[in-house]
Amino acid sequence: MKHSTLNMWVNGRAVSLAVPEGEILLDTLRERLGLTSVKRGCEVGECGACTVLIDGRAVNSCLYPALTAEGKHILTVEGLQQPNGELHPIQQAFVEEAAVQCGFCTPGFILTAVEIVGTGKRYSREELRKLISGHLCRCTGYENILNAIERAMNESLEQREGEQP
Amino acid sequence: MFDVGSFYRAQSVEDAVRALAADPCALPVCGGTDLWVRNREGRDSGASYVSIQGLPEITGVRLDPDGDIVIGAATCFRDVAEDPIVQKFIPMLGEAAEEVGSPQIRNVATIGGNLCNGATSADSAPSLLILNALLVLKGSGGERRIPVEEFHTGPGRTCRLREEILCEIRIPRSAYQNRHGAYIKYGKRNAMEIATLGCAALVHLKEQKLAEVRIAYGVAAPTPVRCGKTEEILTGLPAHRETLERAAQCIRGEITPRSSWRASREFRLHIAGEMLKRALAEAIRRAGGHIDEA
Repeated sequence: MKHSTLNMWVNGRAVSLAVPEGEILLDTLRERLGLTSVKRGCEVGECGACTVLIDGRAVNSCLYPALTAEGKHILTVEGLQQPNGELHPIQQAFVEEAAVQCGFCTPGFILTAVEIVGTGKRYSREELRKLISGHLCRCTGYENILNAIERAMNESLEQREGEQP
Repeated sequence: MFDVGSFYRAQSVEDAVRALAADPCALPVCGGTDLWVRNREGRDSGASYVSIQGLPEITGVRLDPDGDIVIGAATCFRDVAEDPIVQKFIPMLGEAAEEVGSPQIRNVATIGGNLCNGATSADSAPSLLILNALLVLKGSGGERRIPVEEFHTGPGRTCRLREEILCEIRIPRSAYQNRHGAYIKYGKRNAMEIATLGCAALVHLKEQKLAEVRIAYGVAAPTPVRCGKTEEILTGLPAHRETLERAAQCIRGEITPRSSWRASREFRLHIAGEMLKRALAEAIRRAGGHIDEA
């Protein structure tokens, strides 16, 4: 298969590589860049385990041709590490609320939570349920996952309010 | 790896049409949330894909000076749902867009792709049918405009030629002004679900009477369908509980759903009536009316 050049930003770093034209973003991230937080799940856009943020929006990377990411900013869980090596507040909230069981769905949920919390809006429990509806947790730990996202959202909103003059 | 002969990102609609015309194995792709799943299933193997994703000329929603709403075919469902013009003038379409797949799917899947797939279950189709949408297609032979009602020709089939690109979905001002509608989807889950049945209804309410009624369904036939007979019977009737009962009765005689693994024909016919009553009641409520019970 013919190769083409792909230039994108991954976790804040410029990446330039040659990929076959049919390559899927999920494979580029996992196999070429070693970002294995991005999980290979159903591969048909139903489970959300492969979710990454593309220009800030949650997308299933299993249905995304790598070449379509040209010029875009991709965020995976690896990119959430804080400068001092600590967990991101959203990851910490997942730990506090015991929102992780087998962990396979967790990276996807966390990235969707990053998008949710980043809006700076306050969502009701019902709205949060709809916002995470593109993720399946086969351990069915949804209650704790919702608790974690709610906690992260509230903490972030409190912090924002505190920062306002 | 997707099984592609080639993957070409078109620079413009004109460029896409040229690329499609030059290669008889080429297919246009936009968000790809259906087409890439097809490819994974071994269909369209080795095809040459021409991507039109994100082309600015066919992305976004605008209000033309004459009041027509123009939706770029490559606009993703999230952007349709969150668009202020859609929310203000045709909220039912925004609600239908919110019913598609999941948030991740809606960030990528496009309203144009939803129509071009030709599925009877397309969530946007019933609303576009009752908004009298006009589709603008561009191909080697130039531009043509066709009503959405004539677009679907069978299951998974449309009258779009292989080298044509659906560019715009136009909602005429006369079709939405003073009209209020609602879309109801029935599925076994609230998310990531293909409609068992979808029902859209729109009314023009004058002095508590249905001066105009438009009704359309998804999954009630091999293609999304308008229901002219029931529309005609309801026109002129009062916004009354009896009218809703009449609507439910008429619609069960008009549509021809089939049995599938999702639901039987009998079940679809039953919920079709119930969904129409609810959609009409909501449309009437939005039009400022109320349902007379007595």
